[in-house]
Amino acid sequence: MTERKIVIPGEIIEKGNDFLPGEGTEKRGNDIVAIKYGLSEESNRLVKVIPLSGIYQPRRGNVVIGKVENVVFNGWLIDIGMAENAFLSLMEVPRYVNKDALEEVLDIGDMVVAKIWGVRKRSMDLSIKSHGLGKIDEGIIMEVNPNKVPRIIGKEGSMINLIKNETGCNITVGQNGLIWIKGNKVGDELLAKKAILFVTEKSFTEGLTEKVEDWFKEEKK
Amino acid sequence: MTPKKSETKFKRMDGREFDETREMEAKVGIIPNADGSAMFRFGETIAVAAVYGPKKMHPQHSQNPEKGTLRCDYSMLSFSVNERIRPGPNRRSTEISKIIEWALEPVLMLDSFPNMVVDVHISILQANASTRCAGINAAAMALAHAGIPMKDLVSSVSIGKLDKQLVVDVSKYEEDWEEGEGATDIPITMTHGGEITHLQLDGKITKEQLKEAIELARKATANIYEIQKKILKESMGGKND
Amino acid sequence: MIETPDITANRIKEYLSGGNRFDGRKLDEFREIIIEKNISKNAEGSARVKIGKTEVLVGVKMNVSEPYPDSQDKGNLMVNAELLPLSSPRFENGPPKFPTIELARIIDRGIRESKFIDFKKLCIKKGEKVWSVFIDIYSINDDGNLIDAAGIGAIIALKQAKIPKYDDKEEKVLFGELSKESLPLSDTIPIAITIHKVGNNFIVDPTREEEDVSEVRVTIGSSKGVISSIQKGDEKSLSIEEFHNILDISEKVWKDVFNKIEKYLN
Repeated sequence: MTERKIVIPGEIIEKGNDFLPGEGTEKRGNDIVAIKYGLSEESNRLVKVIPLSGIYQPRRGNVVIGKVENVVFNGWLIDIGMAENAFLSLMEVPRYVNKDALEEVLDIGDMVVAKIWGVRKRSMDLSIKSHGLGKIDEGIIMEVNPNKVPRIIGKEGSMINLIKNETGCNITVGQNGLIWIKGNKVGDELLAKKAILFVTEKSFTEGLTEKVEDWFKEEKK
Repeated sequence: MTPKKSETKFKRMDGREFDETREMEAKVGIIPNADGSAMFRFGETIAVAAVYGPKKMHPQHSQNPEKGTLRCDYSMLSFSVNERIRPGPNRRSTEISKIIEWALEPVLMLDSFPNMVVDVHISILQANASTRCAGINAAAMALAHAGIPMKDLVSSVSIGKLDKQLVVDVSKYEEDWEEGEGATDIPITMTHGGEITHLQLDGKITKEQLKEAIELARKATANIYEIQKKILKESMGGKND
Repeated sequence: MIETPDITANRIKEYLSGGNRFDGRKLDEFREIIIEKNISKNAEGSARVKIGKTEVLVGVKMNVSEPYPDSQDKGNLMVNAELLPLSSPRFENGPPKFPTIELARIIDRGIRESKFIDFKKLCIKKGEKVWSVFIDIYSINDDGNLIDAAGIGAIIALKQAKIPKYDDKEEKVLFGELSKESLPLSDTIPIAITIHKVGNNFIVDPTREEEDVSEVRVTIGSSKGVISSIQKGDEKSLSIEEFHNILDISEKVWKDVFNKIEKYLN
């Protein structure tokens, strides 16, 4: 496996027919060329670029956080930071919703945690049926670049769980970069926010989990 | 033919060799609110660029259902030049905005962003000629920094002809050259792969000398590319989220 | 997401009631102020002001023109602002909208009414030729409190400015050639301080998040205790007591800000 390195668009990452172009790259002749700014990574001959920036690419099954933009006759239009608003049907709510009382469930301006169950050409379909989804009642919402989300969650949730334990907060990380933090005290919520920002700034450092543990020790002094 | 270094004692007012650019400087991530941002400087010409997008495009009728739209705007701060520029768009800035769009468009891959727009805003903070070139260099870095998929970077430089002498990276003093054949100004933008994405000319030049000018631009833009690449790599993780 | 969500707004207000702000500052505390002078060499005077992540550039340019009919022996002042689209996803290209115009006018009044510039000394020939001073303000990154940052930038740029050389015979300004003469400025430095009401608390120097939650604001331009300009903005009302409180806060904060920027005034 070749060393990971920062690459820029147009840069040749690997030469030779042994390799296959993955995300963030394209094949030009015998070369695998980066088409995004990020960290190149190769495994099993597949070369890809992990982006450092760029907009969110929605996928089925993603949990996202959005704001209710509009109430329509059969559901709600939710802004999740994409070109088009996503649609939440009143059929995708865990309980029966009266067509005349949609605003009582979710009103314009409300924040909501939802899951993407369908990605169409120009929009997305959301659901709040499962556990952990639904209207956000209180706490703070912060925004990070969506490309940093995997690091914030960590391998099998290791990073986000560390932050949850150290701050005593409930934290829901939307794949679209919005994060909801709810704790017992505002001070705890702010500590969690600070920790998350620390992770985004150091996202490509080795041994980050340890660094975050040390960081918490310093902060709590 | 351009008199070569060894054949002439041609010295530029600031002491540069004919094929020497002014001192260059670049930075990325200078505007925290932007999705991508950069600064590029040629000597006393300073440009900053900020990228916002891809994002929803308004008005709706401007949307392109097949791919994302690139939208550039170039402006100079009122006090960036000796005689104050009245605020607001003017014909020159409108034209340069479009030229810059055309200089960047060929390397951008916007197929995956139908109906969306990528806004590139360029401001000249201080001007000593070659402002559009500095602006394009900053914009290219800002677009990469913003995570826009690109085939390559572009790099831009101005080639001048002072009477019969070709020079690289024209300063204001040289732009105003009046002796002999006067000044010819040729801003050129090239991809790292050697494709020309932008070329303008005003002045007077033979076909042969123009080909030489393009060759000089090729070498100069290769150097500029190294600076853009270096700064982008060094700023790893430096973007504010 | 561009606007601060309501739930975060609620937390901001909650936290303020306990005397705390998200970034750990006190309610009447400014963020770090970083100033660079002479950032644009073709300007007669210029400054970059950073307050936290907010950044503005201010430049001074001068020209000779006819005086206004009602001030035949005085120079002119024109303050212009642009909230550049590069500084925020909220700003668009196009003719200046109200916030831009308001900012320029607030800074204009703060400088003009405080008599910071001695306009009579900018007269070259009464009724015919006077110096015009143009102050141009540009936002580079908006993280709240652009007004106060712009005000500081204007003062520093004016202080730093040198008058261009003027060719009497040809009757034209030699742009690009500066004399050693500074602008005729008084010693009293006018500083604009904007106080915001958020929930039941008053804060200064809001971040953009805090500014979104602010319900009413008052910008006070003053100098050593003498108030020369006030602008109350936004839709809510204030009680007289609240207004008195605001006056007290602005007096205290003025001193703090002055101490922070004093070294750049020479």
